[in-house]
Amino acid sequence: MGGLREGSERFARLCGQGAVVALTLLPLAWLGLSALRGTLGANPVETLEHTTGNWTLRLLLASLAVTPVRRALGWSWLAPYRRTLGLAAFGYCTVHLLSYALVDLWGAWDTLVEDVLERPYVSAGLTGFVLLLPLAITSTRGWQRRLGRSWVRLHRLVYAAGIAGCLHFLWLVKADLREPLVHTGILAALLGARLLPRLRRALRV
Amino acid sequence: MAGIATPVFLCLETATAPAPYKDHPEGSARMLIRTNFLGELPERDATDPTLYLRRRELIRTAAVAAGLLLLPGCGRAEGDGTARPADSPDGFSTDEPQTPFEDAASYNNFYELGTDKGDPAENAGALVTRPWSVSIEGEVAKPGNVSLEQLLAATPLVERIYRLRCVEAWSMVIPWRGLPLREVLARFEPTSRAKYVAFRTLHDPARMPGQRRPVLDWPYREGLRIDEAMHPLTLLATGMYGRDLPGQNGAPLRLVVPWKYGFKSIKSIVSIRLQETQPQTSWNLAAPNEYGFYSNVNPEVDHPRWSQKRERRIGDFRRRRTLPFNGYAEQVAQLYAGMDLRANF
Repeated sequence: MGGLREGSERFARLCGQGAVVALTLLPLAWLGLSALRGTLGANPVETLEHTTGNWTLRLLLASLAVTPVRRALGWSWLAPYRRTLGLAAFGYCTVHLLSYALVDLWGAWDTLVEDVLERPYVSAGLTGFVLLLPLAITSTRGWQRRLGRSWVRLHRLVYAAGIAGCLHFLWLVKADLREPLVHTGILAALLGARLLPRLRRALRV
Repeated sequence: MAGIATPVFLCLETATAPAPYKDHPEGSARMLIRTNFLGELPERDATDPTLYLRRRELIRTAAVAAGLLLLPGCGRAEGDGTARPADSPDGFSTDEPQTPFEDAASYNNFYELGTDKGDPAENAGALVTRPWSVSIEGEVAKPGNVSLEQLLAATPLVERIYRLRCVEAWSMVIPWRGLPLREVLARFEPTSRAKYVAFRTLHDPARMPGQRRPVLDWPYREGLRIDEAMHPLTLLATGMYGRDLPGQNGAPLRLVVPWKYGFKSIKSIVSIRLQETQPQTSWNLAAPNEYGFYSNVNPEVDHPRWSQKRERRIGDFRRRRTLPFNGYAEQVAQLYAGMDLRANF
């Protein structure tokens, strides 16, 4: 009986993971289909960049929300989705970076170099990607075991990546700051949810 | 000078309006048929079925028109913005491939109708433009508030195909229809103190829902030095692609200054004021270190946050190099002789 129950739980987890992976791939599928049908709008490269950039931030924030929500509601089954969502964010971040560097600026290599060195919004975005890279690499169970307590410390970098992503967005828009501010506000709330209990504990001691 | 227009005008609007951008000089000779990755012909490249079904009628109209052309003294149609202007033999128009109308009318920066590129087309229905009047004020001998019809009646329309370079590093090629600003201003007789021209957009959150939020300090304001305003390239446009301006493109009256970044070409104008002092301009007020009063297209002077060396022509995959004064250096560079264009960006 125990074996059967364990088996059905594993099946449920697998279904859940499958569903979340499929959901995170929907925007990418939409992009691919629209590109094939030629319906990405007047500036398809920009649509590609904006869509992948937006989903990077959304999925990163969703991944950061997993732990606070799990704790607040006692939903322990949420825990594995933190990694799934984080890896999806990294995936969109990679496509975002490639669509900028290899599609948008194809052949304009001098502009690419100049952008990376001189444009704060590009530097911030690239910083975010560089911060996510080691997290994606060490996301496996093997690395988690090998790194032990340092794994937790290393993966706090995700907040730095989130800040870099929000700065990237804020420094990019011309006048309408609503969207980047909403993202920044959510990031600040999530960061606060993690820091406040620690602060309270520290003050009590 | 009204001599730009040929003396004979014909109102062929019904015959030419539905697919005017196919009137490209090279259009029929080597028409570019662009299909998407699936090999389907995009909707915009198919002949409008109503046009196809009316082909005999159109041919008849054209034949009659050709006959009329031979008649002397056949006056132009009413100057109500629907008359087809004569081709301008002034050499100002580019023969580069034109941006499809669908792109030019769906990818817009017009914050009064929303800040996303697609918002203006979506919200354009709110922008009621009839009736419309423009006040010409300040340093003019004959100030006045004139209706759009009056404004259009007195000056022959011209058609100009201009490059448009946005400060965001994309560009289009658009066939405009309108009045040379110099001819409009001349009618109101600017005084010797008229050193600048200040333009103002309509301020009416009911018709411009984007104005309900303070994204910019409404109403939108722009300005030109008087010599820039009097330059023959500077146009007060009322139409594009052979039809009246769509709301999202700045109906019913907008400025077109092709050698400056697009935001200088203020839309939906209600006031033109000639004055002695340099006017305040909206983007300069919003971010003075990013948007200067002149804002001439200049690949050598980057926007503080992005490069201006290259641009993506809408429809192109790769970026192309941006030209000084957007390719109009020959016509306008002398206006800025001796000026430090880095300081006066």
